This record gives sequence, C-alpha cells and structure tokens, in this order.
Amino acid sequence: MPKRDLISIEDLSRADVELLLDTAESFLPVLERDIKKVPTLRGRTIINLFWEASTRTSSSFDLAAKRLSADTLALKASGSAVEKGETLKDTAITLSAYSPDIIVMRHPSAGACQTLSANTEASVINAGDGKHQHPTQCLLDLFSMRQNLGRDLDGLKVFIIGDILHSRVARSDIMGFQMLGMEVTLVAPPTLMPRGIEEMGVKVEYDLANLKDADVIYLLRIQKERIKAGAAYLPSLREYSQLWGISQARLGPKQRVMHPGPINRGVEIASDIADDDENLIAHQVFSGLAVRMAILYRTIVGYSDGAASGEVL
Amino acid sequence: MERTWCKPLPAAELLIKGGRVVDPESGVDAVQDVLVKKGKIVEVGKDLKAGKNTRVVDAAGMLVLPGFVDLHAHFRTPGREDEEDLATASAAAAAGGYVAAFGMANTEPVMDNASLLKGMARQAEADALIPVGFFAAVTKGLEGQELTEMGELGAAGAVAFSDDGMPLPTAAITRRALQYVKVSKRFIAVHAQDASLFKGGQMHEGPASARLGLTGIPDLCESLDVSRTLDIAAYEDAELHVCHVSTEKSLEAIARAKEAGVRVTVEATPHHLTLTDECVASLDPNLKMNPPLRAESDRKALVEALRSGLVDCVATDHAPHASEEKDVPYEEAPFGCIGLETAFSVLHKELVESRDLDLGTLVTRMSAAPARIAGLDAPAIAAGVTADLCVVDPAAVWTVSPETLQSRSWNSPWLGQELTGKVRLTVATGRVAWDDLA
Repeated sequence: MPKRDLISIEDLSRADVELLLDTAESFLPVLERDIKKVPTLRGRTIINLFWEASTRTSSSFDLAAKRLSADTLALKASGSAVEKGETLKDTAITLSAYSPDIIVMRHPSAGACQTLSANTEASVINAGDGKHQHPTQCLLDLFSMRQNLGRDLDGLKVFIIGDILHSRVARSDIMGFQMLGMEVTLVAPPTLMPRGIEEMGVKVEYDLANLKDADVIYLLRIQKERIKAGAAYLPSLREYSQLWGISQARLGPKQRVMHPGPINRGVEIASDIADDDENLIAHQVFSGLAVRMAILYRTIVGYSDGAASGEVL
Repeated sequence: MERTWCKPLPAAELLIKGGRVVDPESGVDAVQDVLVKKGKIVEVGKDLKAGKNTRVVDAAGMLVLPGFVDLHAHFRTPGREDEEDLATASAAAAAGGYVAAFGMANTEPVMDNASLLKGMARQAEADALIPVGFFAAVTKGLEGQELTEMGELGAAGAVAFSDDGMPLPTAAITRRALQYVKVSKRFIAVHAQDASLFKGGQMHEGPASARLGLTGIPDLCESLDVSRTLDIAAYEDAELHVCHVSTEKSLEAIARAKEAGVRVTVEATPHHLTLTDECVASLDPNLKMNPPLRAESDRKALVEALRSGLVDCVATDHAPHASEEKDVPYEEAPFGCIGLETAFSVLHKELVESRDLDLGTLVTRMSAAPARIAGLDAPAIAAGVTADLCVVDPAAVWTVSPETLQSRSWNSPWLGQELTGKVRLTVATGRVAWDDLA
C-alpha cells in the first residue's frame, strides 16, 4: 500500500471524509470507558513535530496516538537541531531512521509538508502549514457539526467571519464545508479578505447585514499584530469588535457559534457567547481527539470500508 | 567595441545536410545544406559537397536555426560558483542553442567597477564555451544610492546597466540613471517592482494565492513601476529595456509608450510565456520566481505581445540556486529558476506547435532581436557570415534532470518532466560549443 499523506482537505474525497467521520464516531465509546485505550496501533510509531506554538492540536494528536497504543515522540523547534540550523529535509532524514509510520507536523511555512513527505517514507499529516491548510481542524469542525446539528449537513449556511487572509483554518473549512454540501459566506474587513477568494465558490461580504441567514457562525481569531504600523490591516481592535465582533445581541435563537481557538474575548467574540453552553467551541476541542484518532487509524490501515474500525476495537 | 568574450576553440569545418533552415533574417525557410569552413558559413544550398576533413552532420528532420542570444542570465560568478560559473553557464547556454549570453550584475561582489568587469572578461576567455558578456550595476553595490562609473564601465565593455534583482528604489535615482547612462551610449535595463507592494510576497495575487494562503504579489507591483519608469524615460528621452515583463497591465503601459515614441525594448521569459500561477498549487519551490508566474490572461497577453513584437525578445532570467537553497518549504525558498537549456524546447512545444506563434517569429525573438538590443550582429544563416547557429531535433524527447543538464544547478520548473525538442548542435562564433549528435 503506497503511503497516504493528509496535507490538504483536497487530498480527501467526500467518501473519505465521511468514512473518517464515521470512524471517529466509532471511537467515541472508547473515550467514555474507564480505560480509554485500544491496542489498535500497538507497535506503530507516530512523531509529532510542532515547529510552531500549539495547544489543542499538539495535545490532541499526542493523546490520540496514545489512546490507540502507538509509540509517540514529540519534538518542538526550540531545543531541537532546528535551532542549530538543521534543515527540514535533514530533520526528515534523521527521524526517518526510526521508521515512523506517521509524522504529524505543524510548520510556519506553506510547502513544508511537501518537503517533509519527499524525504520520508512515513505518511505526513499536516497539523497546520503557514496560511495554507489545516485539514484536521476542518475534519473536527465537520464532526462537531454532525454531532450537534444532525448527520445531514447539506444546505447548511455557514458564515466564516474574521481574518480570512491569514487563516489556514478558513481555507480548509471552505473546502470541507462545501464538500459536504454547505453554503459558505465569508465576512471580513476588506483588508483581511484575500483577493480572488470568491472563485472558491463562496459569497464575500464585508459587514454583518446578512448574518441572520447563517445557521452556523464560525469565528476566526484576530491577532493584535494586524494593527501594527507597517501592517495596517485594522485601525483598532475596538473598531473590529464594533463592526465584526459577535455578541448575544447579534445572534438569533438557533444560530450556533464555532471558533477554532484560542479565542480573543471582547474582540471577535463577546464573553456572553464564549461562556454560553450553546456554542460548539468546547465540543470542537472534544472532537479533536476522536477525529485525530480516526485520522491516525485510517492513515495506517487504509481508507477502505473493509478495514472498518469496529473489527479491531 | 568588444562586449563578449569566450575561449578560443578550433574553427568548425561542417556540412549540415538536409535540415530545414529557418532564418527570417535571410528570408529562408527551406530544406538546405549549410557548409561551414574555418568557422564561416561559405554556402547555403542544395546538394553541397563536403571537402576533406569536413564533418558531415545529417540534419534530416531537424531544424537549422540562427543561434539564440540571451540578454538576461545570472552566471553566479564571482561569489556563488557552487551554483554556476562561466564554464557551466556557457555550457548550459550552448546546450540550449545560445551563441551569446549576458550575465546580470548581482554577483558577490557586485559588478559595479571596471576592474571587476575586465577580470571577468579574462575569466570568460579562459572558461566560456560561447561568447558571454556582462551587465554592470546601475548603482554601487545595487544599493540604489550612488551611480556606478558608467563611462568607464561602458568603455570596458559592459553591454548595458541593470540593478536586476532589485528595483531602482526612487524616481529620483531612476531619473539620474537614465540621464547619466547616455555617457556610455548604452541603456538601463530595469527590474520593475514597487517594493512596498512586493513586501512578503510569495506568488501572483489572485484566486490561486487566495486558495493557497500565500501572500500575493499584485500585478500592480510591476505595472506601477513600469509606468513610472517609462514616464521618466520619456521625459529624459533615454533608452530603456524592461526586464522579464509579466503582466498585461505592464504591456498596456509599454504599448502606449512605444506609440508615443519612447525608446523602450522589452523581454519576456519562457516560464512567464508558458506557465501560470495555477501551477504553484504543487508548492514546488522551483516554481517560485520573481516576477511570479501570473494569471492565464497575463500569459495570453504576453504571447500575443511576443507575436506582435510589443515584446521584442525572449530572455531566460536563468537564475541558478543550489539544491540546499531550493530543497526547503516553498515559503522559505529563494526566487528564481534556470532556463537556458529548456527555453527553445518549451517555447517551440507550447507556442509554435500549438500555433500561437510561427517558428520564424520565435526565432527572431530569440536570435536577431536580442542580438540587436545587445549591439551584436544578428546571427544569420547566409554565405559569408561567421557561423552562429544551432541544430534542433524538434521531435526528440528528453527528461530534465541533474544528469541531462549542463548547468551546475537544476532548479528548473520542468525538473523531472519530459520535454519535446532538443538542441543537438550549437556553433557559436564559428566554433562547435555543443555537440549532442554522437
């Protein structure tokens, strides 16, 4: 079986996505047991390379691998040979000497996964590369939607609001949401909307006038760096909050809020929403574990139904 | 005035038989024999006979073309001989059918003084398989502040002046350069780019950059600087050459300037004429160049401009990079790709065989037109001239790889791909510089 990478959501067909979500669902009972571990990937080696800060993604990948009984190894840029100037190619060659089955990587540069994959026999899973892609975030978002809003996501209207320009989550989500039949609208300040993004088949808006049409409101983090002199994307966080921030007052009764985290209270999301049980934000974190278990499992055993997860649990 | 140099090789004694000679300069497109004696073409015609000691080349099914001239290469010497030097660059050029090539000034140290230029000319006489020449910098150290000694550099044989790789940072220094260059009787070649719009850019700005999440370099980044520089050239009545034009907007500005009588010439690269920003989706660092691969509409406009002559010539912007520099994530890779050895193959296949361009026009844009801009005699296939020609097998299929390339670097957009059309023989200034017929 040739190795299978997950670098972009485009590496998956709709059937692959649905299989991954079904597989994740089948892992849920494991996570409710007292002993939350199955022997499925015993003897397999999974390396987590996080060349950029991460809480949710790195912890859930690490825990997912451990829940499946794989041996894991975690490396960060600080304290590794990267600080001594080792190139990604050489890191890949070095780590490949341990014959890992999977290397999970977060990296600040788009294209890093291609470089890694070209230099290792291991399957590469992208845990975020530059502003390019974050496919496992998209899959866990889909899983949370399916668990909370019903299995059929077809026709659902999603508004993604925030810094689209710098967001790898937005790019993966647009592709994944559309793959499952959802309609995507992007809302951002004009300075943070990538030119030409409408060719992805999304609606592009610059204010919240049509927010009432949304079934799901997906918020993106606004970083303080966007205000700095020389960047000048935004005049102030205050004005962002006034024009694009979401609070209960702007929300209809059936609209659900999602956010990949970490949130900026008082900027893109008001505390009254952040603290509200109706939002899906905590569920997204929960989904991360089951979905990443499914991704690790499918990457190793294959995407065919014949290798249904139930058989090995 | 000597503006190119190469090492002495034995003069060619050749009879090239039965090839299709295509030379728009001489008005020839016919199956002819070409007889070369002591490095000169002595006869072009039917059923020519070889004398003793004359090598006979069977060119049946092949094209016999005037040799190409590249106005824009990076020889990487002095300073980065791990990437290229005059021996490998000239071998790559010869393998691409080139009979002359010019290196840009962004070497280490920068080509900004006559003693360095004279030294490199001596180096070329030792190493170069085809005649090579050099651009000198417009500003000392390419820093955009002080002018170089253009008088002395021109007298030492600089083909022209360019800070290529860097834009001229202000209208004021651009103006001073366009004024002062007249002392050398040469011209300024500009790398047009608005630095503030370029900052952080990774690829052409458009739907592909939006989808890939790479910081965009808008077409405006080039066309604003092209327009500004053209206005200054018009104001100063100076001679200007626009390097590696890549956008439709720039072409519109150039068309207006040419109509108004501005003395401007223009080059376009094989990669901008055949590839687009959509190719970057692979995140292959060899597709990262500056200017970036543009939209399909820009590419089509470039092809039309090459056909009409609005774009005067093809230039490769051959930019070798060491594998360790390019074998990194796309966003971390330097800009640039090599192009000398693939230029004719890709343009013939993508533009001529698709009938967007006729072969004669392509030959003119790669040979006579750039030669004239450089101040060289246009290569021709006619009795009485020095042999500057190449023989191309248009059907030959070859794979671009470190093993097949003569360049010391292999950062080609077509690396690993099969190309159709291969240069089999190059005769430059009457000497065989490339021989792939054995």
